Amino acid sequence: MKRTLWFRLDVFARQMTPFGLTLVLVIAGLIPLRLPGFSDIAPMLPLMAIYHWTIYRPELMPAAAVFVIGLMEDALVGLPLGVNALVFLIAYWVVLSQRQFFVGKSFPIIWLGFALVAGGVGIIQWGMVSTVHMDLIDGRSGFFQYLVSLGLFPLLSRLLIGWQQAILRQD
Amino acid sequence: MKERSRPFHRVAQPIKGAAHRFAYLGLVIGAFALMMLGKADVVLMEKVRGQLTDSLVPIMDVLSRPAAAVANIVRQVEELAHLHGENTRLQEENTRLLHWQAMARKLDSENGALRGLLNFIPDDEISFVSGRVIADSGGAFVRSLLLNAGARDGVRKGQAVTTGEGLVGRVADVGARSSRVLLLSDLNSRIPVVVESTRTRAVLAGNNRKAPQLIHLPPSAEVSVGDRIATSGHGGAFPPGLPVGVVSSVGESGIAVTPFVEPDALEYVRVVDFGLRGILPSTKGLRAPARGDRAAGR
Repeated sequence: MKRTLWFRLDVFARQMTPFGLTLVLVIAGLIPLRLPGFSDIAPMLPLMAIYHWTIYRPELMPAAAVFVIGLMEDALVGLPLGVNALVFLIAYWVVLSQRQFFVGKSFPIIWLGFALVAGGVGIIQWGMVSTVHMDLIDGRSGFFQYLVSLGLFPLLSRLLIGWQQAILRQD
Repeated sequence: MKERSRPFHRVAQPIKGAAHRFAYLGLVIGAFALMMLGKADVVLMEKVRGQLTDSLVPIMDVLSRPAAAVANIVRQVEELAHLHGENTRLQEENTRLLHWQAMARKLDSENGALRGLLNFIPDDEISFVSGRVIADSGGAFVRSLLLNAGARDGVRKGQAVTTGEGLVGRVADVGARSSRVLLLSDLNSRIPVVVESTRTRAVLAGNNRKAPQLIHLPPSAEVSVGDRIATSGHGGAFPPGLPVGVVSSVGESGIAVTPFVEPDALEYVRVVDFGLRGILPSTKGLRAPARGDRAAGR
């Protein structure tokens, strides 16, 4: 009996890690690295993680988790609460609806998918901020942020796949 | 999941699907509702945001330390390489500053004597709170910093944030243990300033780029590249005379100002309490605007 309880706790803890890791990435994205100009183009780390888990382990990244992650991002970055929560939920829905297509595909296809999703997210964010300010906002740093995110995606994806194989392997 | 019996599975699956869809829809509506609520009840939302941020401050405080240490080492190595040149530069600067010091002493005594003659009312006492930068908003559309000092340390909304070099921004949100600094380049940043040489008033508006712009200049105003910009103290939120930046370009697209402070490399900043209660925190108190007016009306 005791063993099964521990076993279940163990499985539960492991299954919480995709959500936990994504929250860690939200915080990691805010660490002041003191590199000139970097904070403007800091990569969209939480989006990468949400994309990754939604494709590979959607049952471990429910919509509620995506919502909470977006809310945390809003609170810490200083955007109106709900903006990123909504944007992430839209991205989540898009990825989930196309999931059948992505499963089992080679990495370049997954990468291309991320390029499309991140591009869409960037445009929605830009649109929302522009609407709030009633003005066409300078989107250049947004564009560079997008490029940096694309460049870093393979690295993060590799790390998350490693995590998946080491921690979530048994189920 | 797999050990469950088939009939149960067949019934449960569609219900589960529907529940998921409703949950998703509910969350989307929730996100919209939060945004609306943020517009309607600003005070409540600020409190929620403050508490969310406060809860993560200890983690961010710890995480930002190694990053700062690494950045320091890199800087020290860089400095080592330029030691000789830096020394010559500093010696030259020192001679120049000694000259300025002598001049400042002379002006100070002269100023004191003239104030005595005029019965001048000095500005309020200034007090500081120093805070460490624990987060740097990573995003393309927001320019802000998080500090590890908050309401319990005496930080209030609307206060000016400075370094020795000049103005960094203003306090936008305050939690108990943390506060958010809106940088000059943020889209929401509007600072009343003057052109130091001509005393022309203007507003420095953030535009999501490195160099914010001067707006609301009088039509006859003449501004040229290299003019120094300082806070004007109008509105009573900021004290007058804090250095802000220099005009870096004047053109068709507007007048761009390069701030003195490079916000990327900041580790410690000063939140300055000048005793002014201007437009920002409360417009209810009658005493507050009166004090602000005095500072502005000089």
